[in-house]
Amino acid sequence: MKYYDKLIFDLSKAGRQGYSLPVNRWENSVSELPAGLRRSAAPALPEVSELDVVRHYTNLSQMNFGVDSGFYPLGSCTMKYNPKINEEIAAMPAFAGLHPLQPYQTVQGVLRLYKDLSHALSEITGMAEFTLNPFAGAHGELTGLMVIRQYHMSRGDIKRTRIIVPDSAHGTNPASAAVCGLEIVQVKSKANGLVDVEDLKPLLDDTIAGIMMTNPNTLGLFEKDIKEIAALVHDCGGLLYYDGANMNPLMGVVRPGDMGFDVLHLNLHKTFSTPHGGGGPGAGPVGVAAHLVGHLPVPKVVESEDGTLQIVDAEGEPCGRISGFMGNFGVLLRAYTYILMLGKQNLKMVGPLAVLGANYIKESLKDCFELPIESVCKHEFVFDGLKDKSTGVTTLDIAKRLLDYGFHAPTIYFPLLFHQAIMIEPTETESKETLDGFIEIMKHIAAEAGSDPESLKTAPHTTPVRRLDETTAARQPILRYKDMN
Amino acid sequence: MAFAYFPHTEDDVRQMLDRIGVGSLEDLYSDVPQDVIYRDEFDLPDAMSELEVRQYFEGLAEYNTSLFCLCGLGAYDHYSPAVIPHIISRSEFLTAYTPYQPEVSQGTLRYIFEYQSMITELTGMDCTNASMYDGATAAAEAMMMAMASTKKKTRVLLSEGLLPQVVGVVKTYAKFNGVQLGFIPCQDGQTSYGALAAELAAGDVAGVLVPGINRYGIIEDMTGFADAVHAQKGLYMVYSDPSSLAVIKTPGEWGADIVCGDSQSLGIPLCYGGPYVGFLACKKEHVRKLPGRIVGATRDVDGKRAYVLTLQAREQHIRREKATSNICSNQSLMALYVTVYMSLMGPKGLREVNELSYGGAHYLHDRLLETGLFEKAFDKPFLKEFTLKALVPARKIQDALMLIGVFGAVEVEEGLVNFCVTEKVSKENIDAVVEYLKELEA
Repeated sequence: MKYYDKLIFDLSKAGRQGYSLPVNRWENSVSELPAGLRRSAAPALPEVSELDVVRHYTNLSQMNFGVDSGFYPLGSCTMKYNPKINEEIAAMPAFAGLHPLQPYQTVQGVLRLYKDLSHALSEITGMAEFTLNPFAGAHGELTGLMVIRQYHMSRGDIKRTRIIVPDSAHGTNPASAAVCGLEIVQVKSKANGLVDVEDLKPLLDDTIAGIMMTNPNTLGLFEKDIKEIAALVHDCGGLLYYDGANMNPLMGVVRPGDMGFDVLHLNLHKTFSTPHGGGGPGAGPVGVAAHLVGHLPVPKVVESEDGTLQIVDAEGEPCGRISGFMGNFGVLLRAYTYILMLGKQNLKMVGPLAVLGANYIKESLKDCFELPIESVCKHEFVFDGLKDKSTGVTTLDIAKRLLDYGFHAPTIYFPLLFHQAIMIEPTETESKETLDGFIEIMKHIAAEAGSDPESLKTAPHTTPVRRLDETTAARQPILRYKDMN
Repeated sequence: MAFAYFPHTEDDVRQMLDRIGVGSLEDLYSDVPQDVIYRDEFDLPDAMSELEVRQYFEGLAEYNTSLFCLCGLGAYDHYSPAVIPHIISRSEFLTAYTPYQPEVSQGTLRYIFEYQSMITELTGMDCTNASMYDGATAAAEAMMMAMASTKKKTRVLLSEGLLPQVVGVVKTYAKFNGVQLGFIPCQDGQTSYGALAAELAAGDVAGVLVPGINRYGIIEDMTGFADAVHAQKGLYMVYSDPSSLAVIKTPGEWGADIVCGDSQSLGIPLCYGGPYVGFLACKKEHVRKLPGRIVGATRDVDGKRAYVLTLQAREQHIRREKATSNICSNQSLMALYVTVYMSLMGPKGLREVNELSYGGAHYLHDRLLETGLFEKAFDKPFLKEFTLKALVPARKIQDALMLIGVFGAVEVEEGLVNFCVTEKVSKENIDAVVEYLKELEA
């Protein structure tokens, strides 16, 4: 990667243009608008040529690392390969050119896709029905919690305003619950990393709306007591929410619906191979058990007897509208492309191969790195820093050093249960050779920690920029070009 | 097992299982209760080749009808320059994730910083986050910001001039978040100042959200609005179409504290409603209440200029339930989309997009009045979309237009229909539509 220091604004020169528009032959002009409704001075956007733009953003892209650049074992993010055919399908003009308010008769292909993808997700997860409207994982969580609250409210059970969240949960779980107006009750994990059923029992009463579970949890461990937990929560009148961020290792092997979950979200940008895009757009479809279908958000797609698909705004007692239109349709197209490419047989191999890779790395590195919980893992696992604690080398140092060797760093300092957490998730799309290369470098870094700790503490050395002054960035924020000088 | 996305040979699997010390892939699930293992076959198609997948979607596409777009209402058919798809499909951007490791994410961080710079320029605000899902959810987050930024206030007011899908989403968030909503009616197609003043009198209003251009296409004259809201210590918020802000008075100039909206109008394809990209911008005193990612400029240990995610103490991965919002992934790649669009357009191009849309919209407006099917609904300034009163059932006009492959005359309320014109619509297009409608009347 080479360093390139410009902002697009630095290339600007008055009089240049990067656009090409039809000649204006109209008689009316914006200047007719009352002066009080017009902008007083033009916005200071850059004035650059088309090639300036192309070269600038190409240069920027070359300071970025993606899945296509190399191994990206970012735990809990499922950075699997994003197939290229997905992109081509999503760009088809027959889909990309459709206005979201077009009458249903003119978008039957779109609605069929919506219905077929919903059906596929139901098959894979064991849920009765899906909404595909949520835009992201956290948005799916919020929607799912709204469904749960709507369910209780529709039954007049209005005092259920508390939700149980394990201490190992993703940060979005408590945050989504708070946005949904729920009070968070934390349940502890045991030393083996699993939810403590004994700690859970006294929390269950008639104020509990439900529990949010991630299974496998953020330590990559399967919550074996899930059936007992489901029975306990259901007995107290609560519902079970499944955080689908960690669905990848279960795909084809275990269905959340069969474990007793009532509501879940999936991250199509994780399990279903749609690109992460530097942080979106993703999609967070929400699936529910049969008794909750009426509380899914609107608009919904409904099939009439003659097979025509229609859009309905009011059916059952929906939690409400959670998206301007019907979600990130372009992302849905990509996910369904992936499902069709894999087919029912290969879908069942995703989980096992993802789990194979994670356990392979774990077993290969546990002599050098601290494995706090010895167990078969699922798609990911967590080390608690180096085994040798005498070197003073931290997880941050290890992560930064990995960048020097051409790997993206794992997720670090999460989950919060361990001080030096390194969370590694390889996914099923990585070859044994790639994993072996990573294992070799991790061992090398562990050795460097003893022989040359300084090279780790000052890493990275070969990236376009090195460690950043994050403190000044937060204390004296510079958030736009205008404030730079 | 051989499949294009799985690199494992049988020998690889065997060696890996040996290293792990288990006999089979099934053994990797020995910790899972056997009664939850799924042993059936999915009711899904068999694997398809790429060619077959392509053919499948080509077949599916036959069930859609591509229509020439004369509709706005929150999704605008502006021209998307050829450069943009080439840039955003560069896999270094496309296949990266949130820039947690800034040393290898300067590309993403830099474009977000540029995006922030451009959005603040257009809106007249000081700060913005890295993007929201869409305009409607951005409006809901704006509502929550207003509640978090004001003390002892219980209500947020919404103009009835806001798009219905925006109001719908804000209502849902308000219901679960415990926020009371009030509504300010429109009078003659404009948010009523009198009604606003009356609603404010109780002193319990945290914020007021008014559209810059409302659902009738009318450019709101917000004279006195911000002062009235500020006088009782609430926040003034505007829902804007960012494309229009190249020419119309900015929310900053109107005295707004928070601005939200959908940036789809900055060249993003219609794509049946998504992915688009919401935005949320504010005055600097509210920056610590902003949800989501924010990028700041800093330097590295060698003194090189660099960019990093900042003010993260607002965010869910640090603050959990005390975060300003639950948002995590947003619409980063779409933020790049509109950043490249604004770079290509510049101030002049974006102005010209508005000029062409304005000129075409006014031409269509006047010519439609010649058909005898419509009369004026309001007599207020508009930019690219407008509302007419239909003198025959609106549905009949919409259906007739569809017969010639045109999407327009969408009913926004009883007897009132919407039309929208962008730079993609020519005089010939409009003349053809008008001549056709004239015959329809006869």
